[in-house]
Amino acid sequence: MNDNKNTPLLLKVSAVYVSSLMSAIFVFIAVCALDGLLRGGPSLFGSVWNPEAKKFGILPMIWASGLLSLSSLVMGWTLAVGCSCFIHGFGPRPAARLLSLILRIMTSIPTVVYGFASVFLIVPLIRNGLGGSGFSWLTASLVLSLLILPTMVLAMDSAFRTIESETSMTSAALGLTAEQNVAMVVLPASGKWVCSSALLGFGRAAGDTLIPTMLAGNAVQYANSPLDAMRTLTAHIGLVLSSDVGGTAYFSLYVAGGILLFVSIAANLLLRLLRRGPR
Amino acid sequence: MSKLFVATLLITVLVTASAAMGEPLDAFKDQKGVIDISGGTAHIPVMKEAAKRIMSTNPDIRITVAGGGSGVGVKQVGEGLVTIGNTGRPLKEDEISKYGLVSFAFAIDGVAVVVNPNNKIAALTTQQVMDIYSGVIKDWKELGGEPGAINVFGREDGSGTREVFAEIAIRKGELSPSINVVSSNGAMKIAVAQDKRAIGYVGIGHIDDSVKAPTFDGVIPSQENAAEGIYKVTRHLFMNTKGEPEGLTKLFIDYIFSPEGAEIIKESGYIPLPAEE
Repeated sequence: MNDNKNTPLLLKVSAVYVSSLMSAIFVFIAVCALDGLLRGGPSLFGSVWNPEAKKFGILPMIWASGLLSLSSLVMGWTLAVGCSCFIHGFGPRPAARLLSLILRIMTSIPTVVYGFASVFLIVPLIRNGLGGSGFSWLTASLVLSLLILPTMVLAMDSAFRTIESETSMTSAALGLTAEQNVAMVVLPASGKWVCSSALLGFGRAAGDTLIPTMLAGNAVQYANSPLDAMRTLTAHIGLVLSSDVGGTAYFSLYVAGGILLFVSIAANLLLRLLRRGPR
Repeated sequence: MSKLFVATLLITVLVTASAAMGEPLDAFKDQKGVIDISGGTAHIPVMKEAAKRIMSTNPDIRITVAGGGSGVGVKQVGEGLVTIGNTGRPLKEDEISKYGLVSFAFAIDGVAVVVNPNNKIAALTTQQVMDIYSGVIKDWKELGGEPGAINVFGREDGSGTREVFAEIAIRKGELSPSINVVSSNGAMKIAVAQDKRAIGYVGIGHIDDSVKAPTFDGVIPSQENAAEGIYKVTRHLFMNTKGEPEGLTKLFIDYIFSPEGAEIIKESGYIPLPAEE
């Protein structure tokens, strides 16, 4: 591992501290989720959530988490590719700078602000314009795609920047315009990074709790239309945890947490695989 | 003579009154320490006002008040993270046996069905509310209101308000899976106040101009009707301690049960209960 015997003690301590803390969390959740699986058994993979009647089905939540994170990803990622291309050649300089600045500011806006503002801005718009109660898959997805947008743009941006610095002279010498350079040289060359930024965005979308809790309506059902309410795994954990304790519903939360952890580890491993591949 | 008598009487009354007013707070004199409180959100206004009054006369006492919901209150007081854990429901048996908790019921809070102020509906019955929440009635026109789908809002599992609603208002009737869920009285009011077709329920103490509470089985959901027992959809609010309270914690609980405490409870929109002997 490390043949440098002179590593300062404090650095060793912080490295050991963080990694043992993380592995403790992994082990804890894995063990509790397994325990939950054994105790809940098949009742966990039903469609009805009714703790009083001993029905702990979390399938609708798994379905909702999948739908919401994928739909937000599709919207957010498309926007992110668009924004990145705009910043690196398609947009006029001042506008590109402004967009870049706005995106950087967006990363520092707390999630709860997005959620709260949307309750008053987007929810009534959807309710009056399209119907339903306004607390829906569509509402949460729109806001969530905005939330994950800056992360993805910043990841693409750094890749674009590196590649641009290598190719801009050559492209210019070949007579390519800035637009052509981005579309035909930089974007294809950074394909791997554009894909891996999607995984970054997916991780954030699947893990976010506040946006779905505040905007998706939290009804335990399979959402058939974008205007239907849904409850994601994260919102489910938050809602049950906020008021029930020690009850039998508790163990199902660990299973929900285990599934989320599993998905995010899978996404991260995929990310590493992508990044390791030949450039 | 009579003037003197009246004056004496007046002074006596005043002195007694001020002594009575000062008495509950006098108990905290020369006390120091920390009380941490968490749990039910309905309790917060009462706890905060009591804490403010105690701390402003006794700077050596520090009282923190946090929310989190009944479940958090039980868990935190049970694990010794706070000294008083509040719940909007009686403790469950396994909670009492697991943590050795002692409960103090100090107020009555009613739960009322609310609709948007622009909704024409002025009266609802138990049966109608049961049908709305089980998904049998889906449109306001079935109740004589303006046509439009009913947007039903409820609270999360384990919420004290939900428990009162589910067990008393709709008599443990079925709850449709398509009910939207919000996680506080405030969020419920925002949802219902914004949506002309919404129906929800909140603690009576939280009713204001932003929502409208139709009569329920002919009874106006008000604090007065709840206190007199005419309005039946009510619950008790509890303070819970791990084991019998001692020292500063006991003083705090006694203060909540004092006349001044009762006044705070009334100002917060609830009905005070006497201490159980």
